[in-house]
Amino acid sequence: MQTKRMTFPGRWLPYALLAPQVIVTLVFFIWPASQALYQSLLREDAFGLSSSFVGLANFSRLFDDAYYLNSLSVTAVFAIGTTLLSMSAALLLAATVNRLLRSRDAYTTLLVWPYAIAPAIAGVLWWFIFNPSIGIVPYVLDMLGYRWNHRTSGTDAMLLVIIAAAWKQIAYNFLFFLAGLQSIPQSLIEAAAIDGAGPVKRFWTIVFPLLTPTTFFLLVVNVVYAMFDTFGVIHATTQGGPAQATNILVYKVYADGFVGMNIGSSAAQSVILMAIVIALTVIQFRFIERRVNY
Amino acid sequence: MARIKLEGLKKTYAGGVQAVKGIDLEVADGEFVVLVGPSGCGKSTLLRMVAGLETISEGRLEIGDSVVNDLEPAQRDIAMVFQNYALYPHMTVFDNLAYGLKNRGFKRSEIERRVQEAARMLEIEDFLPRKPRQLSGGQRQRVAMGRALVREPAAFLFDEPLSNLDAKLRVQMRVEIKQLQRRLKTTSLYVTHDQLEAMTLGDRLVVLNGGRIEQVGTPMEIYARPASIFVATFIGSPAMNLIPLDYLRERGNGLLGDLPKSTDIVGIRPDDLHMQAPSGPHLVVDSTLELFEAAGAESHLYVRLAGSDQPSVIRTAGQPPVAEGETLRFYVRREALHPFNRKSGKRTV
Ligand SMILES: Nc1ncnc2c1ncn2[C@@H]1O[C@H](COP(=O)(O)OP(=O)(O)O)[C@@H](O)[C@H]1O
Ligand SMILES: [Mg+2]
Repeated sequence: MQTKRMTFPGRWLPYALLAPQVIVTLVFFIWPASQALYQSLLREDAFGLSSSFVGLANFSRLFDDAYYLNSLSVTAVFAIGTTLLSMSAALLLAATVNRLLRSRDAYTTLLVWPYAIAPAIAGVLWWFIFNPSIGIVPYVLDMLGYRWNHRTSGTDAMLLVIIAAAWKQIAYNFLFFLAGLQSIPQSLIEAAAIDGAGPVKRFWTIVFPLLTPTTFFLLVVNVVYAMFDTFGVIHATTQGGPAQATNILVYKVYADGFVGMNIGSSAAQSVILMAIVIALTVIQFRFIERRVNY
Repeated sequence: MARIKLEGLKKTYAGGVQAVKGIDLEVADGEFVVLVGPSGCGKSTLLRMVAGLETISEGRLEIGDSVVNDLEPAQRDIAMVFQNYALYPHMTVFDNLAYGLKNRGFKRSEIERRVQEAARMLEIEDFLPRKPRQLSGGQRQRVAMGRALVREPAAFLFDEPLSNLDAKLRVQMRVEIKQLQRRLKTTSLYVTHDQLEAMTLGDRLVVLNGGRIEQVGTPMEIYARPASIFVATFIGSPAMNLIPLDYLRERGNGLLGDLPKSTDIVGIRPDDLHMQAPSGPHLVVDSTLELFEAAGAESHLYVRLAGSDQPSVIRTAGQPPVAEGETLRFYVRREALHPFNRKSGKRTV
């Protein structure tokens, strides 16, 4: 491998060029992260006037907390549901678009739209569509004999947030899947057709296996998204309710910290979240990138 | 085993490009027919229509005794070898060969037997557990062949299968393909732009130009009697020399009087210009040697004909004692002349 080597005049220029990136990382990541780590070891008194060092007590209390354990399983359901829904919908769309070889550009631009919409707006949109009194979906479901109410039914609420969160991610997944599909030589599909495989069989025995690098990449990206980037969706639709049914980890960090003012516990929760992100990133780079090569 | 019959086959692509403009051809059972022509003449399109990978815009296609115009590729009982081999990269060589058999519901033992047999025939037994990326170009080529022949199809279709190999391997594989086809006697349709490959492989050649057939015949028929200027210059290397009839007539000899009136240009193969006078009626041409090219067993002499700026090339065996700038005299036997009409591009007799 040949690498490009740059030489700079003077000693300070390279540092100056790196500075903005370093400063941004320090201010927006390293500093808050270390604050969270520090805070997670403290406990404030009821009035927030003083705090004392409590070691890992905040963490051990979390794992005895039924609400937190509930939040863990809610998050798991939510993350898996969102990932599956957004990825399968995106794959279906990408496979369809890939067949419509022509006018591909117009299609892709249209499908990037949902991704461009801020998650909160997407959330509000879904809140509106699913609104039990004025939304269109409950109205249709009612005609089909199902009383939709995500304000009282935990299942309905979970479905709502999964759909809303998945929706936003579809366009992103779509683009990656489409790029992946495009990189599969047409002659492979043709060879398989001559080899007697119908369209469905071709998809599962040739196309899908060849997409595994893309699929695994998106799997990690989507899980990370569902776990950490869906605050806006929850906040705009269910606010974690009803009865904690959609109170995923990120939302609970906010609810406990800023609404419940339990800074120590909230900080401990964000440290755990941070550990999960790091673990997922390690999986992404160490394990998957190496294994998924055919 | 089956014959392939093309009747008035046409292909117009969505953009309006007419790639194939009416092809009539019959490939006999067990025959090896080569479609040859320059790049873009519609060879691949024609082959892919036979395979079922492109729809047929017009005409009839029969494989065996049935019309297959509307059949899926899988139902046509053909196998195809692609230019880029199109091996399934995520499957082992064994699975690549077995895929088509599995899809057709063959029993495990039968699949095993056929794959082993094909692997033995192509000498790729040692590579069966490998993935395609662990193979060299030549080995991939063999696997692609193996995938075609395990199915024992009615016909093989080849689309420039050797063009990704280096020159030496290409010659080797060419011979192997020929021997394999002789042994299996499977009807084969083979596409190439390489005239030497076409000449050496085909029982019959079909020379294509601009979506139409220029000439059909055995390699030697086509070489000996090219039906058009296009075929004359496309088949044979170095290409046939084209010399205006008037020029030759000026050189006298009264030998050319019997040529049809429409003849205005004459083709002479580089091999037919001799440095010694042959017996029988012949023409004499003087020229100046511009470039001498030694190619081992043979040499190419690039000359300019005396009293004209007409460039010509001569091929001789060995290395004649000549120097660039020298004046050389060549003799051409009367029978070696190929008379054409420039306007129609056709042979006149
Ligand atoms: N999918 C296609 N759409 C439109 N035109 C095509 C397509 N494929 C080939 N062509 C055109 O048809 C002509 C013949 O192409 P092809 O059969 O690939 O030639 P060859 O194999 O002899 O090089 C070319 O002019 C090419 O540009
Ligand atoms: Mg071609």
